Amino acid sequence: MTISIPRAELSRLHAHAEEGFPHEVVGILAGTRADNTVTRVAVLVNERADSAHNRYTVSGLALARAEQKLVDEGLEIVGYYHSHPDHPAQYSDFDRDHAWPNMSYVIVSVLTGRASTTLSWRLRDDRSAMDAEPISIVED
Amino acid sequence: MATIHIPTPLRAYTGGNASVTVDGATVGDALNALTGTHTGLAQHLRDASGKLRSFVNVYVGDEDIRYLQNEATPVQASTEITIVPSIAGGV
Repeated sequence: MTISIPRAELSRLHAHAEEGFPHEVVGILAGTRADNTVTRVAVLVNERADSAHNRYTVSGLALARAEQKLVDEGLEIVGYYHSHPDHPAQYSDFDRDHAWPNMSYVIVSVLTGRASTTLSWRLRDDRSAMDAEPISIVED
Repeated sequence: MATIHIPTPLRAYTGGNASVTVDGATVGDALNALTGTHTGLAQHLRDASGKLRSFVNVYVGDEDIRYLQNEATPVQASTEITIVPSIAGGV
């Protein structure tokens, strides 16, 4: 399934990833699930202070609070994004192991501080792999 | 009996329902009743050894079952169980 995202929101996502470099950043992709459209990128705090250069974690309560705010505004949770500092935008085994089904996982590669390749992934039902989904950038 | 609140990514397996009522005397029984009647859910909640996955948090009321009796936590008809996702990943 294609994921659609306005250019301005994708730019915000990239800016967040560059600001956070060399650490991983993470956030929510909110919009409408039926057509897999993102209308809002919401920044989260990476709680993995011990290994933030190659890991991210957002605890259940922090995530629930952030998601509830978006839901209260009439948005749905379409997926999540995170950065891979100095690493390709390919999902890792660790990403797959920790992924939820039926969600889009956007990964942005940040090379020497600059946002580079951005890919979106979706977990297979049997958790054996994640499949790439096209990203459609909506011009403002 | 208990009510389990289902997070967005798992509602595809509950016919879109945000909550499901199940039988069971403990949280573990209730979760097993849920996965027993909703195909496709089990592998996302539990790993190959049957343990709840690290990013699957289960609350009874406002309490994380890790601070109660884990899956042995007793439930009653009025008990509200909530599956609360956390997220993790990295290179």
